[in-house]
Amino acid sequence: MSMRLEHDYIGLSSEVPPMESSDKKFSAGGLHLKATELRLGLPGSESPERENGNSQLNIGVHCNNSGSSSSSSSCCNNNNNKSFVLGAKRGFSVAIHGGSANWVFSGSPGSEPAFSPRAANAGKVITGSDSVPVSKDGLPQSPKPIAQEKKNQILGVNGHGVAAASKAQVVGWPPIRSFRKNTMASHTPKNDDDAEAKLGSGFLYIKVSMDGAPYLRKVDLKTHGSYTELSSALEKMFSCFTIGQCGSHGVPSRDGLSESRLIDLLHGSEYVLTYEDKDGDWMLVGDVPWKMFTDSCRRLRIMKSSEAIGLAPRAMEKCKSRN
Amino acid sequence: MDPNSKRKKESPPETSRSSPFPDEVLERILGLLKSNKDRSSVSLVCKDWYNAESWSRTHVFIGNCYSVSPEIVARRFPKIRSVTLKGKPRFSDFNLVPRNWGADIQSWLVVFASKYPFLEELRLKRMTVTDESLEFLALNFPDFKALSLLSCDGFSTDGLAAIATHCKNLTELDIQENGIDDKSGNWLSCFPENFSSLEVLNFANLNSDVNFDALEKLVSRCKSLKVLKVNKNVSLEQLQRLLVCTPQLTEIGTGSFSQELTGCQYTELENTFNHCKSLETLSGLWEATAPYLPVLYPACTNLTFLNLGYAALQSHELANLLRHCPQLRRLWVLDTVEDKGLEAVGSNCPLLEELRVFPADPFDEEIIRGVTEAGFVAVSYGCRRLHYVLYFCRQMTNAAVATIVQNCPNFTHFRLCIMNPGQPDYMTNEPMDEAFGAVVKTCSKLQRLSVSGLLTDLTFVYIGRYAKNLETLSVAFAGSSDWGMQCVLGGCPKLRKLEIRDCPFGNATLLSGLEKYESMRSLWMSSCNVTMNGCRQLAREMPRLNVEVMKEEGSDDIQADKVYVYRSVAGPRRDAPPSVLTLSGL
Repeated sequence: MSMRLEHDYIGLSSEVPPMESSDKKFSAGGLHLKATELRLGLPGSESPERENGNSQLNIGVHCNNSGSSSSSSSCCNNNNNKSFVLGAKRGFSVAIHGGSANWVFSGSPGSEPAFSPRAANAGKVITGSDSVPVSKDGLPQSPKPIAQEKKNQILGVNGHGVAAASKAQVVGWPPIRSFRKNTMASHTPKNDDDAEAKLGSGFLYIKVSMDGAPYLRKVDLKTHGSYTELSSALEKMFSCFTIGQCGSHGVPSRDGLSESRLIDLLHGSEYVLTYEDKDGDWMLVGDVPWKMFTDSCRRLRIMKSSEAIGLAPRAMEKCKSRN
Repeated sequence: MDPNSKRKKESPPETSRSSPFPDEVLERILGLLKSNKDRSSVSLVCKDWYNAESWSRTHVFIGNCYSVSPEIVARRFPKIRSVTLKGKPRFSDFNLVPRNWGADIQSWLVVFASKYPFLEELRLKRMTVTDESLEFLALNFPDFKALSLLSCDGFSTDGLAAIATHCKNLTELDIQENGIDDKSGNWLSCFPENFSSLEVLNFANLNSDVNFDALEKLVSRCKSLKVLKVNKNVSLEQLQRLLVCTPQLTEIGTGSFSQELTGCQYTELENTFNHCKSLETLSGLWEATAPYLPVLYPACTNLTFLNLGYAALQSHELANLLRHCPQLRRLWVLDTVEDKGLEAVGSNCPLLEELRVFPADPFDEEIIRGVTEAGFVAVSYGCRRLHYVLYFCRQMTNAAVATIVQNCPNFTHFRLCIMNPGQPDYMTNEPMDEAFGAVVKTCSKLQRLSVSGLLTDLTFVYIGRYAKNLETLSVAFAGSSDWGMQCVLGGCPKLRKLEIRDCPFGNATLLSGLEKYESMRSLWMSSCNVTMNGCRQLAREMPRLNVEVMKEEGSDDIQADKVYVYRSVAGPRRDAPPSVLTLSGL
């Protein structure tokens, strides 16, 4: 195999150079391994670290692999590099340059996305119906309304929930028959922003957000019987989000070390676990009997203790007493 | 008309015949061959055998409806009673093919009406079928018995009504996942009062209510009914009434599986299922909930195929159910069962050969639910006979796949879909090359492979080098350069179907497979880097291939957005819509 640093489709070289250890959350140049960490969205979906639009953080086309923070949009337009300018024109564009999102489109029939012509053929949105994007068949049936959105708004969750509407989808991916897509869409409960707690016959899903984590998780309170169980479940879920606490590879180590670090974090001074109850008040978790807690809990939040101001005084006392 | 007498005139005099058998004997013997592959081999031995095979064949399978014309088929095989036809490229299932692309059954039916008036069976996949065609079918083939439609489009329930009304000898009506215009359930009431020949009835994927009274009467008078799959509008109580008439069913598709039942009704239902001892396949279970699943347990003793593809079960519900299914060979589930549910699969289903895990919420990116590599590994430890897997997940590792194929080296079909395009091994951040490398190195019998995740050319180097039995390869969002795919096209001697989307492969790839395309059924490349010039060159160099380019609105004349290449003895097709350009070499 060629030793030349080849650019693969999404702009990552096939050789994986080691990450520099740094205080930064990710390496500035070369590979953006952080960008390839476990993520829920498409590789180009944003996390808070990228919100500031710094193009050097963008995964994707950095044809000049110099680590400079020049905007990569020019090199994508360069026809000489056409062989690498894949995503720009193709069904799935991973290249998110500063400013122009290439892969969010309106689902309304016949409309063209308002982006550069180059991007005209980039990924179209699944409408959830049988029809192809340019069909005249009428409205999309997907439960997620599809809208043209700028890149900045295509966010992974920042901890406060995000409109599912802004998620762009690639035509025909994942490869599931339309029939199944439509059937499941009409059967599974809609993931409403306002529905914070999804209650079903055997489960009670509660959204859990953690300050600083790029997206939130959901936990099924019914599968736990006590605060300790819940606590360790959350630790497992969020141990990979101990940003800044990771090892030099930017990837959280999976041994017990980072987990116990999180335990320290949760029980120590840095983070506290809070919940929003039926009345909308934010309370510290652990004050009430477990059953009462599951009945009244609407959502969970792992917040920095420095921000845990305004909690009930008794709760704050408890918090302080743990330090 | 006696076909035998007609043929005797054509056969050579006895003294110069090469075969020691009279034609009739040869035909009798060859008539016992069922496998199409065997028949193809046999037909190549000599002219006599070719003729005998042609005259004795009753079922023809056409994998690409444009590879041949109905006239050619009829000329070669005069005694066909059963036809299986596949039409559109597989990616049409995922909305990648324009709606009016073609694959219309009508032109076939017209020829069949004249050449095969005694046609009995028609099985169609990805064909366009109109109501007019269904009516034509119903009216022109008096012996017609079996209709099966999968992934077809263009028809409505009116067409089904025509079938029900006119097909007096119908034994099978199998309407699987289709793009059907579901106007009403009245079609079911169109079966005549004295009609009783039905053996297979599947309308599980239709949404409209059927008249339950009509259904109940139909089911009770069809004494040979073996397969009954109802839709979700049939309640548990109604199902129970149906099953009482039909304890001999081998395949049951339940309707909605949640309903408030009284204790008495529950017991009745349990008893009814208790009598269904011949059950081999169970499906449906829409909205199945834990309290009612136990009624199924007694019916599962001999179950070999459990299709929970539309039943969002939790892990413990699945575990409880599987404990009663010791004979299970095939299992389809939703990923709501999670890894824990798959552990139960590993523990309870030692005979399992096929597993499909579908995503319940493929587009929901907020929640990481579903299954991970752990579930797949757990299954592989418990189910050593596993050879077919379709697995949708959100994370995977190279190490896990290596373990899986070590446990189950007999994979013939390995379809792994990591749903986030281009996602690497989530633990090491490396590409998933070694995972698929392990698959092709270990699973020498591999026939079908779908790859996903972050992949470089190395994956394809491995495939080309090791996958000697590979027939079907599906690639998406993968690869680094043309080199990888050139390895595949240069290796893989048995490759028949290659479908590629959103990859950095261009003309070099397209043109490196020249020799191969005539031994393949088809090639699909979309959203790659193929240009019109590349396609034209291919068409020039290989004039007997059909090279078709699907143009999208607003695209330029340089890039070839979607390319579909296939061999054909019928020449370029004449029914292509304006958006499909046929680049013939002529």
